[in-house]
Amino acid sequence: MAGKRVLMKGNEVIAEAALRAGCRNYFGYPITPQTEVMHYMAKKMVEIGGNFVQAESEVSAINMVYGAAAAGARVMTSSSSPGISLKQEGISYIAGAELPAVAVNIVRAGPGLGGILPSQGDYWQATKGGGHGDYRNIVIAPASVQELYELTVEAFNLADKYRMLAMILGDGTLGQMMEPVLFRDEEPIEKIEKPWAATGRGGRDFHNTVTSIYIDPDDLEAKNIELQEKYKYIEEHEVRYEAYGLEDAEIVITAFSTCSRICKNVIKQAAEQGIKVGMIRPITLWPFPTKIISETADLSNVKAFLDVELSAGQMVEDVRLAVSGRKPVHFYGRMGGNLPTQKEILDKIIAIHNDPNEGGRV
Amino acid sequence: MAIVFQPTEGLTGKPFHYCPGCNHGIIHRIIAESMVEMGILEDTVSVASVGCTYNSYDYFSCDAVQAAHGRAPAVATGIKRTLKDKIVFTYQGDGDLASIGTAEIIHAAARGEKITAFFVNNAVYGMTSGQMAPTTLLGQVTTTSPFGRDASYQGYPINVSELIAQLTGAAYVERVCLTDFKNIQNAKKAVQKAFRVQQEGLGFSMVEFLSTCPTNWGKEPVEAMEWLKEKMIPQYPLGCFKGADIDFSKKEVQA
Amino acid sequence: MAKVTFRDDLCKGCGLCVYACPKKILELDTKSLNSKGYHPAVCVDPDSCIGCTFCAVQCPDSVITVER
Repeated sequence: MAGKRVLMKGNEVIAEAALRAGCRNYFGYPITPQTEVMHYMAKKMVEIGGNFVQAESEVSAINMVYGAAAAGARVMTSSSSPGISLKQEGISYIAGAELPAVAVNIVRAGPGLGGILPSQGDYWQATKGGGHGDYRNIVIAPASVQELYELTVEAFNLADKYRMLAMILGDGTLGQMMEPVLFRDEEPIEKIEKPWAATGRGGRDFHNTVTSIYIDPDDLEAKNIELQEKYKYIEEHEVRYEAYGLEDAEIVITAFSTCSRICKNVIKQAAEQGIKVGMIRPITLWPFPTKIISETADLSNVKAFLDVELSAGQMVEDVRLAVSGRKPVHFYGRMGGNLPTQKEILDKIIAIHNDPNEGGRV
Repeated sequence: MAIVFQPTEGLTGKPFHYCPGCNHGIIHRIIAESMVEMGILEDTVSVASVGCTYNSYDYFSCDAVQAAHGRAPAVATGIKRTLKDKIVFTYQGDGDLASIGTAEIIHAAARGEKITAFFVNNAVYGMTSGQMAPTTLLGQVTTTSPFGRDASYQGYPINVSELIAQLTGAAYVERVCLTDFKNIQNAKKAVQKAFRVQQEGLGFSMVEFLSTCPTNWGKEPVEAMEWLKEKMIPQYPLGCFKGADIDFSKKEVQA
Repeated sequence: MAKVTFRDDLCKGCGLCVYACPKKILELDTKSLNSKGYHPAVCVDPDSCIGCTFCAVQCPDSVITVER
């Protein structure tokens, strides 16, 4: 498939990317709208001699991931919102034991069983921890099928590099979308040694232990400090975003993934009406592109921000923290699986253009 | 004179934190001795669970992974699928395996996962201070069945070995106890048979150990052994529930 | 001719060795305390020991070494 464009579905591309990244272990449980990831893995993983296990639950699937990661393998699971909620126990243990793994969340609308249509309502769960304890996951939000491919490969590299979970946060629109993908001849796989893995001593005169329990409070605090230092380093080195039109924008949109695609079209329409709109699209939701948003808030041409999400407003809190009250931050969101129309967003932009402080409230 | 019994190198030598008379120490030792005698110590990964043995990796001198409550069979599945030529075992108590982890143990067995579960049944939650377990006997007083386990209110004990033995994927299931020399020798044979079943790829194997918890039973260690014989064995009969016909003493292994 | 040796400081005084000994020659030494604060097990009649290892096999804490 290398070297030419192939038309593929988003979910299948995630699976293909994982295989190309050297992942030979997949553990999952069926849930809409991510099942194509599983279907693809069920066939291909067996064909290439890897491991595919349909687990008895999401809880078991993430613990199989934990086991395979502890044994030094590249490993992935995929699910959708209610299933990711169930996986939070294992995700916390993965953070505590510092294991590299990749999880995919093709988000659907909630809360509860909710619906199967697209949503970004898991932003908080993904970026603020999700499970118990002080920890982070690297959260990556692709906006196209091509990005699903490239960023899934990257997720494996980041997971290995930092010994932590990297999550691909998509939604039903992205997962079900068919777009052309250009595959590379060779993947940029970073081979990282895992001397800490529990693989059997095999000649070592000591035994390796993978654990997240530290009974002594000083030991546990030291472990937490170590984790926080790692997270700080990642915040300084691994932020990814796309920004454009900031230098002369009057209004700056913040939006990620599916939402950012709709907003891009609106920006053109606004320009036709003489309103200059720029955009900052976070690609890593954690680490969050706080710095660029903060710098943008200082630009004299920028009068206001508009955050657009498929939720009641979650990322907008991080945008407001970055802006720190220097400019008004407005919000527009749709829920329940509905997408905002271009007209709805454009109307909001016109209202903000007419009154940067209060217009967003209309 | 020659040394005929001494501590095994399969254990790290770190003193156990278990209460006086607790059977975990005996079970640890026979598993460790078996790994050494079978030459698999350096090829084994153990999975510790949640409960009194959360840190069994401090004692077994093989590689180890610590698992969340009840999830050890799923974690072991992930390890074994990755390291197909290694030996992987879980070490789980009755709260862990028979309550919160019922889904994981049943499905690992049903898949015929080539792992071994060492299941320690002492009819009570030990670490969290003596609550009723799924294996608590009818009438048994615990901190959460203070008037004795009443079937009409708290249901009945689960016989895990009999349950697991029903599954086609389970190749070998045996229940043993540690009340005397002969039973400990039998228990060790069961441990070695379980490892052999795994080595030969015959399927899932499990050994259930009836064990005492003198502290939470409120009994002296010797008195607890007597109580186990008198009360537990009638509810949980000893014996091989699956794979009795597998005989490694014959040259050809029966599938 | 047989001999049992106890690693006294590891003994938790549970008495399971006393219970297991077929010759009834083991006791908990109620006159002494080890570093853990337990009355350690002792052999009160070494000449009668047959080196059967029953005590060592029953001991949860691998306290006992047996020679024969």
